[in-house]
Amino acid sequence: MSTKLISDSQTVEHDQDRPLSSPIARRSFFKYAGATAGATALVLAGCSKSDSTPGTVNVGSGDAGVLNYAYALEQLEAAFYTQVRTGTYYTGLATTHPERQILDDLYYHEVIHRDFLRIAIADVAKATPIKALTPDFSKIDFNSRTSVLGTAKAFEDLGVAAYNGAGQYISSAVYLYIAGKIVSVEARHAAIIRDLVTEGNFVGNDVITLTTASNSSVTNNNALANTSLERAKSPSEVAAVANTFLAEGSKIDVSGIR
Amino acid sequence: MNFFQIISEIEKVDPEVYDRLDSRRSIFKNMAGLGQKLSAAALPLAVGAIFNKVYAQTPVGAGVNDVLNFALRLEYLESYFYNARTNVTGLSAANVAALNLIATDEANHVSFLNTVLGTNAIPRPATTGVFDFTVKGAFNPTDAATYLTLAQSLEDTGVRAYKGAAPLVMTNKLVLTAALNIHSVEARHASQLRAMRRAGINSSAPSQGVAVAPYTTAPKSWVSGTDSATANTSRATVSNVYGSGLNTDAPAGITFESEANITQGGLALSSSTLSATAGFPAAAYSEAFDEGLDVGTVARIANNFSVSGDYFGKY
Repeated sequence: MSTKLISDSQTVEHDQDRPLSSPIARRSFFKYAGATAGATALVLAGCSKSDSTPGTVNVGSGDAGVLNYAYALEQLEAAFYTQVRTGTYYTGLATTHPERQILDDLYYHEVIHRDFLRIAIADVAKATPIKALTPDFSKIDFNSRTSVLGTAKAFEDLGVAAYNGAGQYISSAVYLYIAGKIVSVEARHAAIIRDLVTEGNFVGNDVITLTTASNSSVTNNNALANTSLERAKSPSEVAAVANTFLAEGSKIDVSGIR
Repeated sequence: MNFFQIISEIEKVDPEVYDRLDSRRSIFKNMAGLGQKLSAAALPLAVGAIFNKVYAQTPVGAGVNDVLNFALRLEYLESYFYNARTNVTGLSAANVAALNLIATDEANHVSFLNTVLGTNAIPRPATTGVFDFTVKGAFNPTDAATYLTLAQSLEDTGVRAYKGAAPLVMTNKLVLTAALNIHSVEARHASQLRAMRRAGINSSAPSQGVAVAPYTTAPKSWVSGTDSATANTSRATVSNVYGSGLNTDAPAGITFESEANITQGGLALSSSTLSATAGFPAAAYSEAFDEGLDVGTVARIANNFSVSGDYFGKY
């Protein structure tokens, strides 16, 4: 099995047609890696070689792939906050209540992100946006403060980790800069939502490398303990979570991002 | 510890990394045995030391080191600023606890950047005589409300600085990812400090404050426009934290706009261009996107806190 994985990941590199493929082939780096944690990346790289799973939405590759990946996540967030506004937790809050103010703004911001990305993918990146995804929020109780804020926390933290983990796959400085403009707003969201769930929890070891090193499989994540760096997540890690909130036929395939 | 993975990724940036490592095969062999001999706590230091040795002869790139050292100067400023939090009176226990968390993060960022830069790192500044948090007597940083305002300005500037610098280091994926992973933590801090100002210095629940336009003393957790012209003017003594930057050093296609900007990727955002946003408040279009700044503008803002006036460069 390991031979096949190595072979596949080399093929991946060749597919990218980068000059760096030759050192990998020449030196067969993976011999060095042995049975270390680095093998995690190999497994993922090997798995991602497979063709799109039938019934999934492939976000594509290159910069357009990353933009569509972001568009998928913003769709999920926008759909979530749209539905939040129909639940009794939200409707029961006075219009001047701080939690309602915050949820209103998050709804505005995420819908703007979603629609901006759809247009930018078509008009700026000259690519095809993925279809409108159908969410599956059956596990969320929109009448419950705990359920709504807990899910919001998960989505916002996931969004930050996703943008940070995908930045390295963007080749255009302009798109990287735009992604940076969005991710810091997501981080602002995450901080206040985490505070609403648990006061003073705007940062924590679950999202930044405070007391333990990053154990994410994200490529180029070098965060050790006591560095206070965001725990970035790879597209495959993010998709695994996001897909639990997406209906059959709308689950995303991010294997083209690499 | 995915340090083999880290090496693999450095290889992508620097295809010659194995030649470098091979020429120091003894280091590499030692590394293989480290796992059994060293505690997990010591390992990061060892890895950092090896990378520093490997890269000491041929820097990753002078440009990248310059950017990282500029970031390190900002982190020193922030770290020293939060070290001064013990002089502040009148803050609630919840606010003190939050400042303690932020202080830890900034100190961690300082040590992280030092590890990355190794021998190329600027020296640690003296604890006195380098930074002036009164901005030549303009502010009293022991006053709780003033202190939180200054902290918000520093964090929002930090967010803008890392955002603007990200394209400058994007050829080095390792450095880029680290920069992004600091960038979002600064944004979390900025959000928290804004919540603390919103709820007030005595609040036991910073998340429960009510934002009040024009957001001078009770800001949202995100930047709304320039948080009112009034607020921006009063902070202008610390320089224009929410204003526009200079585009002379910007990568092609990027302009450093003020935080009130609502044109993204050439698209003017409004309810007519984004049809699903009919009825949205106008401020939402600026709030949904943060804006970056060029190094020079960040330096001019930060130099207000420099005793010499040019710790962040002669701009």
